[in-house]
Amino acid sequence: MATHNFKHALFCAIVTIIIAYPILGLNLVAQGTTVGLEGATPGTVISVILAAVVVFLFQLFRDNIMTSLGKLPKLNPLSGREPMPQAKRVKMESWVLTGIIVLALFWPFFVSRGSVDLATLVLIYVMLALGLNVVVGLAGLLDLGYVAFYAVGAYTFALLSQYFGFTFWMALPIGALLAALFGLMLGFPVLRLRGDYLAIVTLGFGEIIRILLNNWTAVTGGPNGIGGIPEPTLFGMEFGRRVKEEGNTSFHETFGIAYSGEHKVIFLYLIALVLAVITALVIRRLMRMPVGRAWEALREDEIAARSLGMSRTAVKLSAFTIGAFFAGFAGTVFASKQGFISPESFVFLESAIILAIVVLGGMGSQVGVILAAIAVTILPELAREFSDFRMLVFGAAMVLMMIWRPQGLMPMRRIHIELKQQE
Amino acid sequence: MLEVQNLSMRFGGLLAVDGVNLDVQEREIVSVIGPNGAGKTTVFNCLSGFYTPTGGKILFEGKEVQGKPDYKISRLGMVRTFQHVRLFNQMTVVENLLVAQHRHLNTNLLAGLIKTPNYREREKKSLDRAAYWLNRVGLLDLANRDAGNLAYGQQRRLEIARCMVTEPKLLMLDEPAAGLNPAETKDLNQLIVSLKEDYNVSVLLIEHDMSLVMDISDRITVINQGRPLASGTPAEVRQNDDVIKAYLGEA
Ligand SMILES: Nc1ncnc2c1ncn2[C@@H]1O[C@H](COP(=O)(O)OP(=O)(O)OP(=O)(O)O)[C@@H](O)[C@H]1O
Ligand SMILES: [Mg+2]
Repeated sequence: MATHNFKHALFCAIVTIIIAYPILGLNLVAQGTTVGLEGATPGTVISVILAAVVVFLFQLFRDNIMTSLGKLPKLNPLSGREPMPQAKRVKMESWVLTGIIVLALFWPFFVSRGSVDLATLVLIYVMLALGLNVVVGLAGLLDLGYVAFYAVGAYTFALLSQYFGFTFWMALPIGALLAALFGLMLGFPVLRLRGDYLAIVTLGFGEIIRILLNNWTAVTGGPNGIGGIPEPTLFGMEFGRRVKEEGNTSFHETFGIAYSGEHKVIFLYLIALVLAVITALVIRRLMRMPVGRAWEALREDEIAARSLGMSRTAVKLSAFTIGAFFAGFAGTVFASKQGFISPESFVFLESAIILAIVVLGGMGSQVGVILAAIAVTILPELAREFSDFRMLVFGAAMVLMMIWRPQGLMPMRRIHIELKQQE
Repeated sequence: MLEVQNLSMRFGGLLAVDGVNLDVQEREIVSVIGPNGAGKTTVFNCLSGFYTPTGGKILFEGKEVQGKPDYKISRLGMVRTFQHVRLFNQMTVVENLLVAQHRHLNTNLLAGLIKTPNYREREKKSLDRAAYWLNRVGLLDLANRDAGNLAYGQQRRLEIARCMVTEPKLLMLDEPAAGLNPAETKDLNQLIVSLKEDYNVSVLLIEHDMSLVMDISDRITVINQGRPLASGTPAEVRQNDDVIKAYLGEA
């Protein structure tokens, strides 16, 4: 056992050196017309060796480290407690959620404009993650191209406003429905695929949409994107200093208050909040409806579900379409918030981040997903100096989570339908 | 109502089912017996649409159904249980029965979101139907438990109840008595007879428990190594020399 560990650790350390030295140590430098290779500086060599030693030690004592990591949850004072009875838990959850919503309603009036802006972004991610949660967490379909539907929503609004002068409120349902339609169209051929294959095909789809947006320059403007996307209005009142559209009034003049750029930011935040709350409520309700149970049944035992007359394609398609619908929602809000969109915003990394939020939050759990969305969006902003290491920290957090809490921050607890005993 | 003609199923070089004929009339209990590996479950898998048979015809109420997808066959009214119980273990007992009534529920999304009266009524009906069948198989007290935590015999009964809430015409049971104690087997016996007598369901039964088979079957089909060996009433089959040989030879 010990010798095996030692050999393994040595092997890992050597691999570390072999990989790290050329990548970090060797530099290509231009020497006149030719390119030459320059060796590592002593500093790099030392850090590579140090890294190898760390890897060696970790692998050598891996078993001990892992067992102590496994004990960590015991440090959590709440971990050993009895689960609450369902009725009480549901009640408490709805109180907590209501509290959070009320707080979120008044909070923007007391903080800076930047924070409100960031909070709007968080809410967009909450919507996206809640939608993807339906697909991945509830229906168990690994979708790596979710960002495509987000893009469809955003570009629908951008294009409709640019070519036909649609407003936010007209484009919102159209964007969501169009994204859902794309979900339906993509889902139909691919949902007979399983697991890994589905993941790869959806990944491809996400890229196709992005590349299409990038290259269809005549319509989408290609990499230059589309600008001048209007902000939402409140019953025809605009939030800009001057009214852009004929027939509209401006918010500050109507209410006789001084113009402030903050109104617009706060209004957008409130819209995002309302939409996020609607998303959460609708999905919560869906989970307790026949469709929700069908998703779950198909995830648990596909053969049994089919033997009871459930069509796999129809059930999975419904999850896929509903997920896409909410991505379209989020996309429209995003386009309106940014005022400018380009294919840059819809790269695979976005899909990965949204998926990470779902996994970190605990598949299927709404509160967990909301917390994770907040964490994943805000932490990088707080630690801007470390922005180069964002992905590194992200990856490390994922690995740690998988070891320590594979079920996510707050794993889903099902809300059961109770059969009341008849008298 | 069910007529199977010359059914065969080949897996590569193995002819697991070879020229099997079967028929089930309304309100009839027909058993399929045979030694282990005879191909009984494979016949079920062909009937229920899990496999596309490589040969032969399956007629259900006069219509050909071979090769149709499983969920469509189930919707026609042919529903099965599994040799190894397949429940939705993380769901409660009553939820297992609600899932099965998927088709009877109002699946209109909007109706469900705003809880229209029609939606509520259907939901209540399906809960009532679930409660009725739970009571019928003696699981009403356990309605809100997770299905995975039930005892084995209870899981078997729940699986039958789950089929029954779909209101099938033909119920196919794959070794429902396996792993049951004598008292439970006796209850099962009564339950199956009552399904036929009181609910007008035909039953196609695979079973190794000979006393159960002989007691409740109207007719029996014996298959051995995929081939039909004999068929007839319990008395006829009991006296058939080939059957005696096959069973003694195996033992
Ligand atoms: N999917 C499959 N692929 C290949 N061979 C199979 C497959 N399913 C069943 N078989 C083979 O077909 C034969 C019949 O199996 P089957 O399960 O139908 O027997 P059975 O009569 O139900 O037996 P038991 O009484 O043990 O349940 C066996 O030899 C089995 O190995
Ligand atoms: Mg079998």
